Amino acid sequence: MGLRSYIIARVLLTIPMILLLLSIVFVVIRVMPGDPVALHFERRASEEAMEEMRTRLGLDKPLYIQYFEYLGGLLKGDFGKSMQDYSPVGQQIFSAFPATLELAIFSVLIAIIVGILLGVRASQSYNSLQDHSIRVFGIIAYAIPVFFLGMIFQLIFGVELGWFSTGLRTRPTMEPYGLTLYLDDPAGGFVTVLLLSLPVGLVSWALCFVVLKRRRVKFWPRGFLLSLPAFLAGWIVWTFAAWHFISVGVLHMSTGLFTIDSLLEGNIVKFVEALKGLCLPSLTLGVVLSGVFIRLTRSNMLETLRVDYVTAARARGLKERAVVYGYALRNAFLPILTMMGLQFATLLGGAVLTETTFSWPGLGRYLVSRINYRDYTAIQGAVVYFGLIVALVNLVVDIFYAYLDPRIRL
Amino acid sequence: MVLIGSVIVSSIVIMTLISPWIAPSDPTAAPPVIDNPLRAPPSWEFPMGTNKLGQDMLSRVLCGGAVMLQVAVLSVFFCFLIGVPIGLLASYTGGMLDKVCSLVMDSFYAFPGLVLAIAIAAMMGRGVVNMAISIAVVYVPSYFRVIRSQVLTIKELPYTEAAQATGAKGRTILLRYILPNVVPSIVVVATVNFADAILTAAGLTFVGLGVGIDVPDWGWDLTKGFQLLPSGAWWVITFPGIMIVLLALGFTLIGEGLSELLNPRLEQ
Repeated sequence: MGLRSYIIARVLLTIPMILLLLSIVFVVIRVMPGDPVALHFERRASEEAMEEMRTRLGLDKPLYIQYFEYLGGLLKGDFGKSMQDYSPVGQQIFSAFPATLELAIFSVLIAIIVGILLGVRASQSYNSLQDHSIRVFGIIAYAIPVFFLGMIFQLIFGVELGWFSTGLRTRPTMEPYGLTLYLDDPAGGFVTVLLLSLPVGLVSWALCFVVLKRRRVKFWPRGFLLSLPAFLAGWIVWTFAAWHFISVGVLHMSTGLFTIDSLLEGNIVKFVEALKGLCLPSLTLGVVLSGVFIRLTRSNMLETLRVDYVTAARARGLKERAVVYGYALRNAFLPILTMMGLQFATLLGGAVLTETTFSWPGLGRYLVSRINYRDYTAIQGAVVYFGLIVALVNLVVDIFYAYLDPRIRL
Repeated sequence: MVLIGSVIVSSIVIMTLISPWIAPSDPTAAPPVIDNPLRAPPSWEFPMGTNKLGQDMLSRVLCGGAVMLQVAVLSVFFCFLIGVPIGLLASYTGGMLDKVCSLVMDSFYAFPGLVLAIAIAAMMGRGVVNMAISIAVVYVPSYFRVIRSQVLTIKELPYTEAAQATGAKGRTILLRYILPNVVPSIVVVATVNFADAILTAAGLTFVGLGVGIDVPDWGWDLTKGFQLLPSGAWWVITFPGIMIVLLALGFTLIGEGLSELLNPRLEQ
């Protein structure tokens, strides 16, 4: 099976999985015993008030109609209405998710860096004191409740040392708003856009290099000359596209990720602020996740370090560092990547608790606050969203994995 | 590793069992009854300090394991009850049943475990059994997966085929030939499941879906202690937290050790 047909098959498989996932949530919230509306009021409201809420939320219809309305709504991006104030849940989810995404990205980075470094170290010194202490660290990292670690970090770095304000994404006035350019200064604006588009050009250049390298084209001078147009095209096309949007009115680009927004805004102070806010939460989640990566890297490295080609590389007199990171780790990396996909679900679960510990205004804290209001329609929306994200990430990881390892496609 | 883990786990279990007799004071008595200093740091009288209500943290730590242990044992029991029969049957019969079960289990497995448990627990309400059920639903798929991969290999082994050839019934093959060989890996999954169940139970308690107020529970103490955090009352969270870590650590160690014993590839 080629890569293309694998991707098609994998995407087709995702559809029933997502359908099942949506049905599971529906069954849990709507079908299982326990009426959401009665639970919401804790049976302290009159029958009329409950009936009114059921009508407004469409919960009075037969279950199968509710089910199809729910699926149809999701297709349109409608996650239902909140029981609290009948506001659309989808909007709240979309505005909360970037914070979770940012936390997740930084935590995974920390987890992978810590996990791989320590895992490689442990495998190099197999059965030594260092190996054992790293293993113990990994196991403890796995066994510690993420919110307990978060509290300890807050206690030490927030309350005792006072380095971080406990639990705020940024100060309210410091919220970065991304890139906003106005038409007041056309010349200056154009130069800014030109500069900001440079990375896009560089990315397309890099992509072109990858393709050429696979075709075994030498970098100098052929590869360089062939890829130059890609760079120029990427840069210029993007510049003019962006400039076009500006001349239409205002260019407003904001991702909701404060680190990126502050950079787009060009405000280093806000960037530092955003990083500082991210520090403790992502460190907490990252350390907890790193346990799995340490273990996985260690066991995979122990196996690959014994393989013949690694011995051959050593025999040729390569430096130990080059052997370990260049030869062994490259091949131990595939299982680590799979684990990343699998761990994404754990990551989001951990994010729920981390966000609650640090008052991080993401999707997890939204979910928890809705639990306290017994807002079951909002809970349903948030849970569905979590499930969808995980399903999509798994899809992407699987495809990436198949691209890297042709055996999967067989 | 198995030994260290078992020592940790069994001492916590024993401690919880005899806690009513060794606890210096009633862990749930509230202010009108008791007259202790509130939020007192550790001292000779209160070795682990007192919480917001003046309850002795030492007594609460000694008694607080009961809820978690109950939830963990029950959820593992439920997982066994559901996961093992389904896994054995589906993977042994194969065909449509296997495909459907796998798909359903995979969709459960892909879900963020804690989020699904939160959804179920939110609908079922408080209580040990409800918590155990919501955790069990999340972990059944991992049993299913392990059993399935094992059964698929064992099914092809000569001795199973020999049994089939001599005319043994499907049920006999499943229970007498396959099940005994699957048990070791189920045990490993169960120990990991224990550790996860404890962490998930703590997480559920933390988001406000715990058992209740009148029961001493480490998860609950952590949750309450979290509100005291800005005042720097470290003793309220530290000791219950360490107990949860120890309990989860004990089970993880047992699980790690067992899987190493069963899979001694790296020992050379």
